[in-house]
Amino acid sequence: MSTYLGMPTAPPGVGHLRGTQPFDIAARRALGNSQLRRNLANATSTIRARRAAVVGELPDWEALREAGRAIKAETMAHLDRYLEQLEEQVTARGGTVHWARDAIEANRLVTGLVTDAGAREVVKSKSITTDEIGLNEALAAAGITAHETDLAELIVQLGHDRPSHILVPAIHRNRAEIRDIFLREMPGADPGLTDAPADLTAAARTHLRQRFLAARVGISGANFAVAETGTLGVVESEGNGRMCLTLPETLITVMGIEKVIPRWQDLEVFLQLLPRSSTGERMNPYTTLWTGVTPGDGPQRFHLVLLDNGRTAALADQVGRQALHCIRCSACLNVCPVYERTGGHAYGSVYPGPIGAVLSPQLTGVEENASLPYASSLCGACYQACPVKIDIPSLLVHLRARHVEERRQRRVPSPESVTMAAAAWVMASPGRYAAAQRAGQAGRVLGRDGRIRRLPPPLSAWTSARDAPVPPPETFRDWWRRERGTAQ
Amino acid sequence: MTARDEVLGRIRGALGGTGAAPGAIPRDYRSAAGMGPAEVLDRLSERLRDYGCRVYRVTAGEVPGTVAAALAERGARRVVVPPGLEPRWLPSPPPGTEFITDDGLSPAALDSLDGVITGAALAIAETGTIVLDAGPGQGRRVLSLIPDYHLCLLRAGQVAGLVPEAIARLRPGQPLTWISGPSATADIELSRVEGVHGPRTLDVILVADA
Ligand code: SF4
Repeated sequence: MSTYLGMPTAPPGVGHLRGTQPFDIAARRALGNSQLRRNLANATSTIRARRAAVVGELPDWEALREAGRAIKAETMAHLDRYLEQLEEQVTARGGTVHWARDAIEANRLVTGLVTDAGAREVVKSKSITTDEIGLNEALAAAGITAHETDLAELIVQLGHDRPSHILVPAIHRNRAEIRDIFLREMPGADPGLTDAPADLTAAARTHLRQRFLAARVGISGANFAVAETGTLGVVESEGNGRMCLTLPETLITVMGIEKVIPRWQDLEVFLQLLPRSSTGERMNPYTTLWTGVTPGDGPQRFHLVLLDNGRTAALADQVGRQALHCIRCSACLNVCPVYERTGGHAYGSVYPGPIGAVLSPQLTGVEENASLPYASSLCGACYQACPVKIDIPSLLVHLRARHVEERRQRRVPSPESVTMAAAAWVMASPGRYAAAQRAGQAGRVLGRDGRIRRLPPPLSAWTSARDAPVPPPETFRDWWRRERGTAQ
Repeated sequence: MTARDEVLGRIRGALGGTGAAPGAIPRDYRSAAGMGPAEVLDRLSERLRDYGCRVYRVTAGEVPGTVAAALAERGARRVVVPPGLEPRWLPSPPPGTEFITDDGLSPAALDSLDGVITGAALAIAETGTIVLDAGPGQGRRVLSLIPDYHLCLLRAGQVAGLVPEAIARLRPGQPLTWISGPSATADIELSRVEGVHGPRTLDVILVADA
């Protein structure tokens, strides 16, 4: 576990913040999936157009963005005070507040609360935070079944799959695939089910309704928590959130500590910024705002779990802490040329796209997600789209520098940093690069079954961990020189 | 050390020495729509229709007849009514129609009903949003969630122009439900489907001030 200024990061081995492969490798595999790229290109361009239309109709959009940015910056500067105030208000209104240092502690807490409520099943409304900590796996290990109720999350869960977009987690699935998943995984699904979205949605409604009506415990995330009043907010479209927030006797809400906002009035800013940036709607179909427990209306037991899991490590970085301002609208994903081609899975974390590239490495420690800050062309589209004006390109550059700096400070350089340094040295000079390529060509004779086991130094450090594809007999540079007779 | 003390301690450690706090929040956005009362109502109606809602603009005297007509139109026969709904607004139940006052009906019982009639705390013209605060005539949050048809009665004076005007008027402690059109999803290939878990259909009767 690496640390930044002494703050513990999210522990490994639990939850979904780290991929099994570096971004560049995972991205290459994703690029080979043409169905995925078609779905993504179609989806992101549709959402982009919708967003542009509804953002364009507000004459004060820039003023709202600036207010949003300022509120978030102010919140972070006094985060301890606002969290204490939130705790006090929620408690005064009949709720119980719990604190969790990390994913392991949060999972243990929630599992205990569900068990105490005597439940073996829970209904969950979409929550990236619970996905971040791997709550479903922890509940399953304790014999508790978690039913995802957001349509896309249900598709992902029944497909034994991972979400690939913040807003449309099943964006990588088409209707035929979804129909097959439902037929295979939904007990009692009508074999005559068509792949029309309306029919698939109706099947999900039927499948979930009995679970909602019988649920004793609901688990949710939160989009906002107002310190001043103790009010929690969930923004959604389908009504599954409302079901989870109102039907069960017990409600457990898991929230990252950065989601607190200072004042009731601040809602007027975020409830304008979020829906327009996110789904490209003037307002999302449903927003629920609740304060503690209301006798006779909704859950009579309310638990709020405040989660750190690496957020204080991000807070300790005065530049990097901006990533905590994120309201998870996903606008930066939809405008990102890299995301549009690779999709969300390549990022290896529940937080994909530009925001994931700056948030995940800070939560885990840069070392453990070192490829993500490089998953960008620094085109700046994300910054333009971000409703709270997070300067993602600058953060990416900052994290790259941090990565290099942290490597330098380690006494024994890691093989990767040596390779990177060597590669940088080689690529900085056309002469050296050409020589290295020719040396690589010499490796052709050594290549068996089309792979090269070792490259000559200094590139050998790279092949010590993986195979390199066999280079063509003639490099482009050699061909150019032979054809044109000029060295470049 | 408790987790609470440790997390708060980490936050203080992380913030230590970061210098002066950022200044006041610039609130240069619009706090009022600057529209006349008629314009506000027109804007709300237009937005609601955009969401596929039917909007009836009527005088107080026309409300009961409009309620009966809307229910007939949507085929809602067994309809739940929250306590405290303005009695003058309800027609005497047409033949075959039944109004059931909520006295803590179970979710399963609500699931067997066709619709719900509620009032509202306010509405927001700019976004086509109706806000329920569980006050008299609005009832528990589940009432406007489980039955498949929601008919909402709104007085003209309850319509605010912009989101900030609504936030200023609302009471924070109440459980609030903001509703903007019928429940919807675009999770399958981004094609919009209405009526996932909440009501498939939302209609609004907008009652002119007397
Ligand atoms: S970084 Fe900004 S644009 Fe991206 S998801 Fe967060 S709030 Fe939205």
